[in-house]
Amino acid sequence: MKILVPVKRVVDFNVKIRVKPDGSGVDVANVKMSINPFDEIAVEEAIRLKEKGSATEVVCVSIGPPQAEETLRTALAMGADRGILVGFDGEMEPLAVAKILKAVATEEKSDLIILGKQAIDYDCDQTGQMLAALLGWPQGTFASKVLIEADGLTVTREVDGGHQIVKLKLPAIVTADLRLNQPRYVSLPNIMKAKKKPVAKKALEAFGIDVRPRLEILKMAEPPHRKAGVKVASVAELVKKLKTEAGVLQ
Amino acid sequence: MTILLLAEHDNASLKDATARALTAATKIGAGVHVLIAGHQCRTAAESAAKLEGVAKVLLVDAPAYAHSLPEPLGALLLSLAPTYDVLLAPSTSSGKNVMPRLAALLDVMQVSDMMAVIAPDTFERPIFAGNVIETVRSKDAKKVITVRTTAFSAAANRTAGAAPIEALNAVADPAISSFVGEELSKSARPELTTARIVVSGGRALQSHDNFVKYIEPLADKLGAATGASRAAVDAGYVPNDWQVGQTGKIVAPDLYVAIGISGAIQHLAGMKDSKVIVAINNDADAPIFEVADYGLVADLYQAVPELTAALAKAG
Repeated sequence: MKILVPVKRVVDFNVKIRVKPDGSGVDVANVKMSINPFDEIAVEEAIRLKEKGSATEVVCVSIGPPQAEETLRTALAMGADRGILVGFDGEMEPLAVAKILKAVATEEKSDLIILGKQAIDYDCDQTGQMLAALLGWPQGTFASKVLIEADGLTVTREVDGGHQIVKLKLPAIVTADLRLNQPRYVSLPNIMKAKKKPVAKKALEAFGIDVRPRLEILKMAEPPHRKAGVKVASVAELVKKLKTEAGVLQ
Repeated sequence: MTILLLAEHDNASLKDATARALTAATKIGAGVHVLIAGHQCRTAAESAAKLEGVAKVLLVDAPAYAHSLPEPLGALLLSLAPTYDVLLAPSTSSGKNVMPRLAALLDVMQVSDMMAVIAPDTFERPIFAGNVIETVRSKDAKKVITVRTTAFSAAANRTAGAAPIEALNAVADPAISSFVGEELSKSARPELTTARIVVSGGRALQSHDNFVKYIEPLADKLGAATGASRAAVDAGYVPNDWQVGQTGKIVAPDLYVAIGISGAIQHLAGMKDSKVIVAINNDADAPIFEVADYGLVADLYQAVPELTAALAKAG
């Protein structure tokens, strides 16, 4: 079984996001970039499936600027076998990403695609589902457990009321939720080894896919800030304020 | 403008998320059709027909739709799509699952987590864990949208009458997925995303037993839903469906009580639209106090039982 893991380079989750003064976008100049945390979980899951003998090869793909190669190297240092970098500078929408990933998955003859349930920058939560639709494959989204069996895949999903377990025919798509696994720390020898692993570079034009955005961004703004309230000295004061001032207790 | 809203229901009853998404739908245009796809779900359809703003209910009753699996449900939505300009669903786990699948089949870029309607083609949505709000105009002929339900109030019931219910046939199931089982948390408490009051605990609770001993009695006294920070869920103190935050549930109750929660950005993203926030934490510098209306710097193991007792005394 060949597993494909798409990974996205995003603003690190610890960075305080600032909107450009003219509201045209988010200021990402000189901020720390990292692998999307949900994608990191997806990479870990693919590697574990390979270590268990369920998979033969783990290929990672990223669509992004030349620096996205660092994101791929992170995945390779974790244990992925090789990388594919599709060159693109800017923000590509999930629909266009899914179209390119479909072409990559078809060429790679992937049997299983695992990716993060959403990227922590634009929070769309669409790419996996769209890719499944375009390929005509089943999808196990928000996965907290994945089991490969002789006749398919059993996925435990995190849903609003608890968990749902579904059985999917292969090939299939899985999107990783937080509790699927705890990604490993990358060791220095593995970082060195990853430098020698192959990363194939592909030009976007070679795909012949229209990636122009369908959503025109008119404005970006920071939400109204909530003002800090008051500190109360005791439980009695708290109860009194909730009753009289806040009016939230009957 | 024709609009189809995919309803959230459990076959027996209609979820509050549907009535909230309906309010969003009516801001885009009038005369909303509501799709109830499920199995033995006529009562849910009858509830939907009573909502103000619903012009027609489409009822598709077949075993394939019993658990909202996105493969058969996506195929059904695709078959209905040609007659609609806008297709939307609440941003619940099933709405988030199926709508992007539909969008891709229609070659449409979805607007996720829509929180305000500016114009029928222009919407606001949160990005970067709610730290930025973007305004987007959809250039697609059809719009596919998921709705952030906490941003809209629930549509009311009609004072009289009901919209017509039209039964439709199922479409072919792609038969590539099947339902195996589910483990749903059973609770007598209100549902987290729609509760008027939420009591949440963090890592400072230290154990599952302390959630039972400190958080639950306070929640029961207040008639509140229970929630937790990601740290408490990851530590295994409480189940995953308790998680409030960007990657868990987004809540906006009248009163949110954060106990032993420091206030990581991703937690704040899930609750900062609450009307009144109370924080109890022994660390006076915890970021949660920056968003709390009322902060109490105290040891939760003393303050919480005291609060529960004070509320009991006050009736």
